[in-house]
Parts: sequence; structure tokens; C-alpha cells
Amino acid sequence: MKAFHYTRASSPADAAALAAKTPGAKFIAGGTNLLDLMKLEIETPAHLIDVNKLALDRIEETPDGGLRIGALVRNTDLAADKRVRRDYAVLTRAIVAGASGQLRNKATTAGNLLQRTRCPYFYDPNQPCNKRKPGSGCAAIGGFSRQLAVIGTSKACIATYPGDMAIAMRLLDATVETVKPDGATRKIAIADFHRLPGDTPHLDNTLQTGELITAVTLPKPLGGKHFYHKVRDRASYAFALVSVAAVVQKDGTGRVAFGGMAHKPWRVEAAEAALPKGAAATARIAFAGATPTHDNAFKLPLAERTLAAVLSEARG
Amino acid sequence: MDSPSDIGVSRRGLLTSGAGFAAVTALPASASNKEPVAPMETPPALPVQLKVNGKPAELTVDTRTTLLDALREHLHLTGTKKGCDHGQCGACTVMVNGRRINSCLSLAVMHEGDSVTTIEGLGTPEDLHPMQAAFVKHDGYQCGYCTPGQICSAVAVLDEIKAGIPSHVAADVAASPAFSEMEIRERMSGNICRCGAYSNIVEAIREAAGRRQA
Repeated sequence: MKAFHYTRASSPADAAALAAKTPGAKFIAGGTNLLDLMKLEIETPAHLIDVNKLALDRIEETPDGGLRIGALVRNTDLAADKRVRRDYAVLTRAIVAGASGQLRNKATTAGNLLQRTRCPYFYDPNQPCNKRKPGSGCAAIGGFSRQLAVIGTSKACIATYPGDMAIAMRLLDATVETVKPDGATRKIAIADFHRLPGDTPHLDNTLQTGELITAVTLPKPLGGKHFYHKVRDRASYAFALVSVAAVVQKDGTGRVAFGGMAHKPWRVEAAEAALPKGAAATARIAFAGATPTHDNAFKLPLAERTLAAVLSEARG
Repeated sequence: MDSPSDIGVSRRGLLTSGAGFAAVTALPASASNKEPVAPMETPPALPVQLKVNGKPAELTVDTRTTLLDALREHLHLTGTKKGCDHGQCGACTVMVNGRRINSCLSLAVMHEGDSVTTIEGLGTPEDLHPMQAAFVKHDGYQCGYCTPGQICSAVAVLDEIKAGIPSHVAADVAASPAFSEMEIRERMSGNICRCGAYSNIVEAIREAAGRRQA
């Protein structure tokens, strides 16, 4: 690990201002992804700004009947919150489908959104990777791509967003609240938060330099039945090959978002209109224009069949 | 000055590099053509106060020191093990303020004022924690390397079920979780045992849980 300076932030605005003016600064909260990457020297911050002591660890009800989740609410606490379990069960299900108990105790709501890809070529400093080192190339294209993206890819990157929680957040139309280095606050719709790789795959999201997430808000509950089905290589503690987050109403209408398919949580609102017609009709629209590789083409029928299982359970 | 070739190596540089090679490491950075990567003068070190197994501990650590290395290398509590050092195996599991975490993925300086419980704080050879006794009774290990992490994790798992924290295997996440073998297996999935003592580990946890319920 490269040496770094360490400062405990005193307020969200101070943290953002400090991050903007300090070269090579990064925020650290749970640290479960960042420290892993720092040990591999994939991340080499010169300065860590510890935001753990900021009072951003509460879950509050909003005036319009939703929930405001502090950036530092740990995954375990968010999944266990009674209101989340009752009204946003898809979020609890997504969180407990990810990582391990130890990691969920440490990982935060904001940090989870910022989780970096698990593409094996991103993790191997001996391989070219445009995400790790812009302009160096992409060894995943033409390499072992079984886990990687099937849609929204570019000639520069076929990495996936690895998380589960964000798939549910995208389904629920969450909003990311931030504070910028000048102290101004901003709200970013979750749909606009994660990026497709394009020709700048080193940028995972639309945060600006020094901008700090302070909360994630959920609109009022959707009702309906909530599902998060995750298909992976072992029964627990593995990243998704494919995951399906869904809320299905009694009349068969609903919402669906997919994990493991793209560089961001994959939700196509136009495809949701086809949900009452079934999984095949929905998947056809959701994955129109997909560009799978030989290794990961299986993800397309797998996503459709996982959705079919969800819809069958919703009817039952 | 020689013009560089298309592979970025000058003719003179190539001719002299053989002789110079052995000396390169001894040259000051300024003698190199390459812009030297500025090394940090002295790696930053900071004081941190912890409470470990009930006792206060004050240390000064390089900011890079993980909680795991602080426990093992600074406080000489070597019960907590380093397995993968990347949060994948669970051998380093300890409890911080009552919650289990991977101590390898946390910096010591992030734990100012925290209470840490390691395997040494659960029981002693003369007075085993019920979970330790159950692991012994059910042979919940083979080589024993993952065992301190397994036991810390298992103690926390029972607390998590009691606290009503849901898991992936719950049929209804809104309901209170019930104790079952499926629940143990799911909740213990962050602790890998390469000897494969899982069935005995499950038996040990089951017994420790039963004792506590009684």
C-alpha cells in the first residue's frame, strides 16, 4: 500500500472542500472496497479523508412519505430497518444478497453506490485496463468475459457494476443527495448517477471532484410484491452473474431492474410496460441491442428465465 | 543528443545500459531521466486509542496499518489470523463495538475510541467461552487457522439473529428471523474453512445457540 495522509472530517461541507483542494484525496467510510484496492495499489490516494464521524447515520421519514437514508447508514442497519423491511423489501433483499455479514456491518449506503467493478482485468495491474489506467486498452475484450457486461458496453470497456443494493435503489427511483466543495447541495436521480463506460470508463459515476454523498432518499412506497433474485456461482457470498429486482402489482404491472448485465444498474422503463405480457416480451425490449461475447451470451436467456421465475412467483 | 528510437530508447542509452544496469539502484533519483515519483518523506504515523478486550491500548501507527496488523504486530494478540488480507476469508473477524467485521479491511486509525473484542477476549484456556467449548466438543476445525475468526463470527451471528437482523434465506424479510441450520450456513458464509469442517462448525454453533436459549 502507498503511504497516505489521514484526516478526520468535521462536517460534510468541510470534507468536500478539503477533498477538492487536496491532490490525490479520497473519502473513506466503510473502506471495505477502497482498502482492498489500495492493498493492490489499484487505488493510490495520497490523502484519506475519514467521514465516519459525520452524523450521517440516520434513517428518517420524509414529508412526502418516503425515507431519507444517511450516507453512513451501514448495510446491515439499512437492511434491518423495520420500515425498509415492510415497505421496501426489495432493498432489504438486495442488501442481504450481497457480501458477507462482516462486510455488511462495515459497508455504507454511499460507499456501496461507489463500489468499483470486479472485472478481473481491472484487478490485475499486469493487464491493460482503461478503467484503471485510461488509454491503456481493455484486456477483457477478447479475454475471459463470462462475468462481464452484455449491454451498454463500449470499445473501451465491458465491465459491470458489481453491487446489489444499487439495483434496488434504481428500481425504487432513489435520489442521491450530495454536498459540493463550495458548500452547495445537489440531488442526482439514481438513473443519472452511474455511467455507461463510453470512452471514459475510468469515470464510474457523475460525481464531481470533492463532491460528497450525504444521503439517499426513497420516494413513497410502491406497494406490490418485492423480489430480488440473484443468480451466482455459489449459494452465498458471490457477485451476481445476473440479478433481477422487481416490484409486481396485483394486476401484473410493475418495475424491473437487472444487475450483472451492464456498467450500471440496468432498468429500461419502456420494457416494464411489457411485464403483464411476460418475461420474454419484457427482456426483448430491456436487452434490445445487447452486445454479448461468446463467454457471457448465456446471461441474456438467464436474465429472461430469472425474470420468468420472479413473475411466476408474483402470480402464485 | 541522440534522437530516441521508436521504442523510446536512445542508441547511447542502449549501449551504456548494460554497464549501468547494476548501478541504477544506487543512483539518486535526480540522476534518472525519468521524473521521479515523489516518495512521501516519512510515512505518516498517528496515535490511536483503542479498548481491546476491555483493556485500554494506546499506540502510534503508520496510517496504513490495518486493525488486524495493529492487533497482531503491535499488541501481539496473534489469535486473530491473517488469511487472504482482502476480506474474502473471514480469518481476521473480530468484534468492534459488538459487531463483527473483517479487521483486515479497516485501518487502525479509523478506530479511535472503539472497543475491540478478539478471540483472546472471549475466553481463556481455563475458562472457555461456550462457543469455544462447543467448537472443541464438535471438532469444528481441522488445522485451526480459520477457527478464531469462525468463533468470533459465530458469537456475533447469534447476536444478529437475536437482534432480528434479516438474512438472505428468510422467506419473509419483514418477519423476525428464526434460528435454523440454513440461517447458520448463510450467515457464516463470510468465514471460509479450507479444511472443510463446515458440518462440525454448524453443529458447534447449533449447540452453543441451544445452550444460550436454555
